[in-house]
Parts: sequence; structure tokens; C-alpha cells
Amino acid sequence: MESVTAARDFLKGNEALAYGALKTGLNAFFGYPITPSSEIPETLAAEYGNPQYPGFKVFLQAASEIEAINMVIGAAATGAKVMAATSGPGFSLKQEGISYAAAMELPMVIVDVNRGGPGLGNLGPEQTDYFQATKGGGHGGYRNIVLAPSSVPEMAAFPALAFSLAFKYRSPVIILTDAFLGQLKEDLMFPEVPAQEFDTSWATTGARGPERHILSSMHLDLPELSRHSEHLRSKFEGIDRAEQRSEKFQTDDADVVLVAYGICARLAQRAVGMLREKGIRAGLLRPITLSPFPRGELAALVERGVQNFIVVELNTGQMVDDVRLATGGRARIASMQRVGGLLPSPLDIVHQVEAMSR
Amino acid sequence: MIGAEGHYEVKLGPLPTLTGKPTHYCAGCEHGTLTRLIASALHELGVRERTVLVDSVGCSVLAHEYLNTDAIQAPHGRAPAVMTGIKRMRPDLLVFAVQGDGDAVSIGLSELIYAANRGEPITIFLVNNGIYGMTGGQMAPTTPAGMITMTTPHGRDIATTGPPLDASKLLATLEAPAYVKRVLLPVTPTPSADFYNARGSMEGARSVRNAFRVQEKGGFSFVEFVSTCNVNWKMSILQSKHYATEVLAKVFPPGLFKDKFGVEKG
Repeated sequence: MESVTAARDFLKGNEALAYGALKTGLNAFFGYPITPSSEIPETLAAEYGNPQYPGFKVFLQAASEIEAINMVIGAAATGAKVMAATSGPGFSLKQEGISYAAAMELPMVIVDVNRGGPGLGNLGPEQTDYFQATKGGGHGGYRNIVLAPSSVPEMAAFPALAFSLAFKYRSPVIILTDAFLGQLKEDLMFPEVPAQEFDTSWATTGARGPERHILSSMHLDLPELSRHSEHLRSKFEGIDRAEQRSEKFQTDDADVVLVAYGICARLAQRAVGMLREKGIRAGLLRPITLSPFPRGELAALVERGVQNFIVVELNTGQMVDDVRLATGGRARIASMQRVGGLLPSPLDIVHQVEAMSR
Repeated sequence: MIGAEGHYEVKLGPLPTLTGKPTHYCAGCEHGTLTRLIASALHELGVRERTVLVDSVGCSVLAHEYLNTDAIQAPHGRAPAVMTGIKRMRPDLLVFAVQGDGDAVSIGLSELIYAANRGEPITIFLVNNGIYGMTGGQMAPTTPAGMITMTTPHGRDIATTGPPLDASKLLATLEAPAYVKRVLLPVTPTPSADFYNARGSMEGARSVRNAFRVQEKGGFSFVEFVSTCNVNWKMSILQSKHYATEVLAKVFPPGLFKDKFGVEKG
């Protein structure tokens, strides 16, 4: 594989994500192969040792998803910028480790290239890991930050954002993408990423003097665990206030607003154009952070008088719950779903909107 | 770095590598002994400032309360993977864990074997008392045939649960590990049972230090300490020392299984 040096590139989403991570100063990657995410470890393996990425110190293929996430925990404890990538079944296996990482407040980036499920499912695109990613996922009570790219350029750009949020809040950050975006090839320019230095004064790298660092998720004292859980909750409350991100497309005068993320947002955007040609004032709200969910923008749309929302997603109705919560029963919410690796066409979405308008 | 083999003694009294906090370990348990041996070795080697302890799940989960080093807690069985992540990122650090037999030989066997097979320069001390201690005395993969535990109330039937699993022997079959050793840690009764011999502690002290030396030389080191759990064995402390000597040490005989760097010869 050739190194990426040209200003413009034409890459698969997974490859773009791997290079995006390298360009933001990735230190370590621990992988386990699983389709459709394997181009991420493959690209990083090929670039390991490339003097263009001097900070990239560790590439290691683990014996299991579980071993990989625990290696990530170890590297994260040293203050490294560390990442793992997987797909649904592997994401399930990693949840135990992610729970510990959330409890110990370890910054790390975990990529889930969502495939069809449940179980072994298939290799097609789905958004069925939405709940697992956005509601905690593992045991115990915690929330992670979840980013949803919707193009290959965003696959390239989001690792930098993910690491800056991970270190700012000392939290795992999930990049939730899907089999379609992972395999899709698009034209892109890598954004210039300024070198980011993060506070790692908490890392366990040897105790100098009386002060030492302990990273532990165990708080046997009941009030102490209660305080820790309250700390995690209030931290996420701050994240919820400060980090909701979304993109609006033609929502200013819209009577009906589509809500979609990832690959579905691309299809929905096309549908908005087709609907407008038919004289239907449609718009699109695209969540960029799935957690925290951009409920502020949704509430503002309701406030402005939007009465109809159609949530388009590749599952049997997951994000639609968050849309219902954000709109508080003050608007009509329709759920358009595709599963099994199938995608709705923009025309399918147009028909759905027309049916709702009647 | 760690110097050449020489006269070596376990320091008594306060140590900068100990927090000084009284341990929660039960009376008669060897976890406390091992804590002292590790603290003494870390102090003698002067490595505290670059040492990271990885807590495992089991009775050693609170090891950081007593050992005065930086520490991180691993999920159940995953200590070797967490240690790998630390060591790969920071090869200058001395990284070690104390794992129990439930943690390392049951739920974490995969992580143990693969870390060993890669020859990760890390050190694992396995406290093998043949039973799950922290959870209240259930069967472990190391439980001797016939032993009564909370989940084998009629004694362990090896026809249905398999015979005790020997982690040291298993690791010794791999090419990469540099140091694999098994020590009988408890005091052992003399044949007349009039006296008890602390040879195990001295052998343990040497082995702990050697294990750290092997890591500093770039090798994977593993020391298994055959130990007691009188509370869950439902024995007196003295009975448990006899049982360890007469039963457990027969299932898991002490020995040096691998010593690639010849640290035992000095």
C-alpha cells in the first residue's frame, strides 16, 4: 500500500479513518480482524514504522477482541492516544472493557463499523449498535461520547475530534459508522490537524515521590461508589450541555424534517432535494454526536413550529426513541426503518414523506 | 537496572514500597507474605519510580492498597493484556501483576497464554490456592480431585470437571517465556510436625527478585506460588499448611520449568 502524500486522495472510509488517526498522532493500535472493519488494522499495519508517523509506537494484533480492548486500557493508562476498531460482534465483546475504561476515566477511541445483526448477522450496513453505543453498552451506569461520520472525509476528520474529546473529558469516545461508509470510496482532502498536546498528569507511569496514581474502578465503600457514579453522571451532563453537534440542511422553512445520521443522512439529503422539487418543504437534521444527542436543535425546530419528523435509520427503531424524547410529544414522529443490510433509496424516503403528508 | 545475584534478604519493618496499611488478607494466607516479598524486591532493586502494578480480580484486587506504587486495575482475568498495553507503550516501566488461580487459569487463561507466547517482558505472580477465595470458596480449575468446595459439595469429580490444570507446565511448553517457576510458599511441617520450615518464603524472595530481573532483561517471567486458603478450605491454619504440603504440592510440584537467562545460577 502506498503512503498517502498527495493533497487529494481517493480512499475507502476505513482507510481514511486509519490515516486520519495517524495524522492526529495515534500512538498505539490494538486490533482483531473482523469484517467489515479490517481495512483499519490492515492500513495501520502497513503504515507501522513509516517515519512520517513517528508517534505511532505500537501496532499489535491481539488474540481476541477482549484481549485487544484490555491492551487498549493498558496503553491508555500511560496517557497514550490509543484506538481499537471492530464491528458489531466484536463491539459486544469489548463492552466489558469499555465499562472499566469509562469507570477509570480512560481516554480512548473505539471504532464500530456496524454490520448486520443480531448474532453473526451479515456484512451489510446497519445502525443496530446505536443503543449499545449511546446508552452505555456494558455493565454499570455510564455514557460515552459517540460520533457518527456520514462521509469518507468525515471518517478521516473524526479521529482528531474523537481524541480531543476523549482527553478533554477523560472518556472513551466511540466512532459509530457502518459497513457502507467503511467500504465506500470517496474523494477527500485530509484536514490539517494541529499537533494536540493533552494533559496526562493522571497516567500510571511510575510514582515519583509520595504521590502516586491509582486507576481503579472498584469502590467497595457504598457512599464512595455513589459519589463516583454521581461524578460520572455530572461529567456527562457537562458533555451534554457543551458538545451536542448536528448539521441542519434546509430546515429554516421546513414543514417536515428528516432525522438521519451516517449513510442514511446522505440518502435523506438527496430525498430533501427531490421533495423540494415536488414543492414539499422538507429539511434534514443530521446528528453528528449521537451521544450527547442533539436534542437542543430538535427542540428548537419544534419550537419554531415543525410538526412532522421522519427518522430514517438502519435498525428497527432506536434513534427514534431519542427523537421522541427530544420533541416531548409536541410533534408527529414517523419511523422509517431498513435492516438486514438493505438501504432505503432516496425515492423510498420521498414516498414515505408523501405518505405522511397526506 | 538490576544487579548481579548476591546475598539477598527480605527486609522487615516499614518499607517505602509498602503503604503501611494493614492488609485485609485472612490470618494464615500467603498473599500477605507475597506482598512483603514483592515490596522488599522492589525496594532493593530501586525501581519503585518506574513500576506499575496491575491489580487482578480476586483476593489481590486491593494489592495497590498495600504496595506503594502506581497501579491500575484490570477486568477479571485480563491483567496480562492490560500489562501488555502498558509495556508496549512504555518499555521502560517495570510491570507486574499478582493473579489468583481463578483469575489467571480460568477466566483469563487466554490472555495469560498469549502474553506468554509473545514473550511480553512482564512479570506475573500466580497465587495458586486451588480454590476461588474472594468469591467464597468455589471450585477453581486448580482444585485437587476430591476437594470439597461450595460448588463441589461432594468433592471435585475429575471425570466430569477435568483434572487440575497446571499453568506452569502449560506455559513451559511455549517457546517464548523466559522464566517459569513454581514455589511452595507456605511454611511446611517437618516430618514430626514439631517444627515448621520457612524455606518457601526464602525461595519465594529469590524467585520474585529473579522474575523482575528476567523482565529487565526483556523476558516474560511467571512464578506460581502454591499457597493456602484455610478459610475456604475450612481448615485451621496449621491444617492448611499440612494440606498444602501433602496434597496441593503433590498436584503442583515445585520446580524450575524455564530459565532462559540462567538467573537462578546467579
